[in-house]
Amino acid sequence: MTESAHQPPALAAVQSNRFGLVMKKYLTAIARFYRGNPTAIMGTFIVGSLIIMSLAAPLIAQNEPTKRVARGHQPPSMELLFGSTRSGKDVFSQVLHGGRISLTVAFGAAALTTVIAVLVGISAGYFGGKVDEILMSVTNIVLVFPQLPLLIILAAFLGQVGPLIIAVIIGSTSWAWGARIIRSQTMAIRNKEFITSAEVMGESKARIVLVEILPNLISIVVGGFVGTSIYALMAEAGLEFLGLGDPTVITWGTMLYWAQSNSAFIVGAWWDMVVPGMAIAIMGGGLALLNMSIDQISNPKLKTGAYIKIWRKQKAQMIARRARS
Amino acid sequence: MIRTDKPLLSIRKVCVDYVTEHGNARAVNEVSFDIYPGETVGLAGESGCGKSTLAFAIANLHEAPALISEGEILFEGRDILKMSSTQLRDFRWNETSMVFQSAMNSLNPVLKISEQIIDVILAHKKVSKEEAWTRGAELLSTVGIHPSRMDSYPHQLSGGMRQRVVIAIALALRPKLIVMDEPTTALDVVVERDIMDELFELKEKFGFAILFISHDLGLMGEIADRIGIMYAGKLVEMADAAQILEQPQHPYTRGLVGSFPTIHGPRVRLEGIPGNPLNLLETPEGCYFQARCSDCIDKCLTQQPKLTQSAQAGERDRLVACHVATDLEVPA
Amino acid sequence: MTEVMIDKSAPEAGHVEKASIYVEDLVIDFPTDSAIFRRRYMRAVNQVSFVLKAGEALAVVGESGSGKSTCARALCRLYKPTSGKIWLQDVDVNEKQHQLSQRDYAKEVQMIFQDPFGSLNPVHTIRHHLSRPLKIHHPELDDEQIEQRTIEIISRVGLSPAQQTADKYPHELSGGQRQRVAIARALAVGAKFILADEPISMLDVSIRLGILNLMEDMKKDGIGFLYITHDIATARYFAERTAVMYVGHMVEWGNSDSVTQNPQHPYTKLLISAIPEPGIRKDRKEMARKADIPLWTPASVGCPFAERCLSATEQCKTTMPAVTQLAEDHFVRCFLFE
Repeated sequence: MTESAHQPPALAAVQSNRFGLVMKKYLTAIARFYRGNPTAIMGTFIVGSLIIMSLAAPLIAQNEPTKRVARGHQPPSMELLFGSTRSGKDVFSQVLHGGRISLTVAFGAAALTTVIAVLVGISAGYFGGKVDEILMSVTNIVLVFPQLPLLIILAAFLGQVGPLIIAVIIGSTSWAWGARIIRSQTMAIRNKEFITSAEVMGESKARIVLVEILPNLISIVVGGFVGTSIYALMAEAGLEFLGLGDPTVITWGTMLYWAQSNSAFIVGAWWDMVVPGMAIAIMGGGLALLNMSIDQISNPKLKTGAYIKIWRKQKAQMIARRARS
Repeated sequence: MIRTDKPLLSIRKVCVDYVTEHGNARAVNEVSFDIYPGETVGLAGESGCGKSTLAFAIANLHEAPALISEGEILFEGRDILKMSSTQLRDFRWNETSMVFQSAMNSLNPVLKISEQIIDVILAHKKVSKEEAWTRGAELLSTVGIHPSRMDSYPHQLSGGMRQRVVIAIALALRPKLIVMDEPTTALDVVVERDIMDELFELKEKFGFAILFISHDLGLMGEIADRIGIMYAGKLVEMADAAQILEQPQHPYTRGLVGSFPTIHGPRVRLEGIPGNPLNLLETPEGCYFQARCSDCIDKCLTQQPKLTQSAQAGERDRLVACHVATDLEVPA
Repeated sequence: MTEVMIDKSAPEAGHVEKASIYVEDLVIDFPTDSAIFRRRYMRAVNQVSFVLKAGEALAVVGESGSGKSTCARALCRLYKPTSGKIWLQDVDVNEKQHQLSQRDYAKEVQMIFQDPFGSLNPVHTIRHHLSRPLKIHHPELDDEQIEQRTIEIISRVGLSPAQQTADKYPHELSGGQRQRVAIARALAVGAKFILADEPISMLDVSIRLGILNLMEDMKKDGIGFLYITHDIATARYFAERTAVMYVGHMVEWGNSDSVTQNPQHPYTKLLISAIPEPGIRKDRKEMARKADIPLWTPASVGCPFAERCLSATEQCKTTMPAVTQLAEDHFVRCFLFE
């Protein structure tokens, strides 16, 4: 292959070829992630389907979630897939529309948490010294703060808070653990020689943090995001169930709240409570599966790759051969 | 020199595979050689040649994804690979012990040295704790450490002293064979020298055999009786230490020997060996060394050379796996 | 004391003709605790002086704890000297007034490290590793020229096919290839001096010579090397001049052949005798006492080797020996020669 990078057309060819190579690299990396990794496939499937169904709520659900369409507490039937609530509203429609808000809060809070954790963690880990001390003191205070009581008090103080406020509250109080983890990972990377090399070369500190260190932390950042989403989903549902959310907004948590206050279980209308509960459980489970599968790629020592099966088979063959000889 | 006594350890056509999704990487490829009682055999090669893998195989320590797929390892006639776990337990440390790479870092940092030595002794022999303690103190003084250091923690000892402790632990039950994998690599030159000298004295005194694995041919030349050279999982040459170092026959051995600038020799430009180590998942047809060999002929590209007696052997036991070296017709 | 380090044929200190780095009486202390009052220090480097000239190599040989790596890092401005000066040509590298920016200094002095696996960022391609220094230090080049230079440099260090190598990630290369990339990176910056901290000790034996020979060729292009190693044999092979360090002190230095074939300092003799020479089963007589390597502090006095030296006298324990010139280019710090 001749290296004729003199003419611009050749350079363009190299660059477009490079783009193709990069795309191919990402696609093969994604394919490799899923191959032989049933946890990842299931997790993605569950999470993906719930997100898609929630987004497509207006298309799938025939009834408006707030419209009274039947008598109260009708059991599931052909017209009402998941039955009706105490006030006669369509549970199926509610769970889909409610999902939009619940998931937005969960992922939004997780995003906020991740951003703060990354900023705090990397700065503390990379700059060290006084910056580290100050940031760590703040982090430790936030870490030690009892979070659920704090959420309850804040929510009670602000009256009945809507999903947006809940997302902000959760997002701004859950970052401490992630920050600590990112900080220790950053410190481990900071001592590697490619960082010293970048410093000796005269790179600016900002560039080192963003371009050299951050890409190495992607897997824990993504893992942290997924883990925090689970937590945020639960926390939001929990707050609303306790009545601290805004009961006029339909989310999975408020559905549970209403089901509880209408004594759904006692009167036998189990679908009122089970449906939103299952939605939360399934979503949380799918996210947990995704989290586990991310762990597998970042930690090959877990010995759960596809090669283990091949190894076991070959070992059995070897033992049989040896027994015969 | 054809030995008439029985070998202590006999490795027969052992193959160790690493299982991956892309196929098996054969890290040890039909390696056979013997170690006789009291003899020091050196195994030299670079990263990826399989020497450490072979060391692990001798103690049958391999876990997934490694698999000892073929061959036998006979210790005084018994096949280690067929032993049950109780038999293995008796075998390990009593008959054979091991000193691993960076062993000085494998001492438990929260236990005192005395506890670690006593643990090993008590695990294999039924003696009282006091007896074990006395034995431990004896062992330490054998390797040149004052028994007063029995109460120290590993971090209170220097690197060289920790390595000596590890060697003492290896000697605890008077094994017949000690397998040492790069025992002095992480140490400074002066400390390394002291430990090698002590090892030589211990060997003379207790008469155990050593399988000494290292990439440092110069060091090996001082302590080994015979040296085997490994490349890409295969044993490519095996002969007396002096012959390997002064008259290497395999092109790889020649390259390896020529890669060590000497301190007292003439100052000439040396070349090392061109090319890169072989990817074990993409092995060529024919000799594994073909891509880097200056003596490569057509036959090398299609036929894998077998380990055979060298044409220039004379009465000495000299094996080499190379078409060019064995095809030489040496006139009488 | 410092004049004796410089080639007598060259003009006075600070005004040498060839490009050079001149280190004068370098002292580096590190704190051993974080107390605010009465903090304790350990002295990693004590009164070290040497000259690095373009187109030549100076080897600094020593065991762990000798301070050789610390010297190299001080030359990179990663550590601030406690006292002493470092001159790049006529410019005091650490002086506050015309503070040399890291970028300007980096243009002249670069470093390559011991661990080929740690010195490259696993998430970036080789191309990125080499084009960054080009972009930083040669802002006048446009993208096309940078690409061209990148490919040229990759070929220069012996990696081919260059185009394919540029697209690879570090984990796809072997240790020796990565080390060549590290050298390429220093070349991309355009440095005149390369500080090599044990560049080959983690590489396979047969690969080491390839790297050393590459560095030898670069010397012919006018690059000066500081070669830090624990392996005296390669120091003699590669470097014109060798310095031996013990516990932060330079105990013997000069022409490599002189120092290695005719060592005078008891420590140098000990080091050389420790090298394995196959076939020669040396009957090593006791060359030094077995003692722990001392921890040097600012308050320590005397010769650092006094505890282990068989010829040590009372004077050795209380006073630091001055520099004695034994030959045209062979110096030693030892009372045996004063």
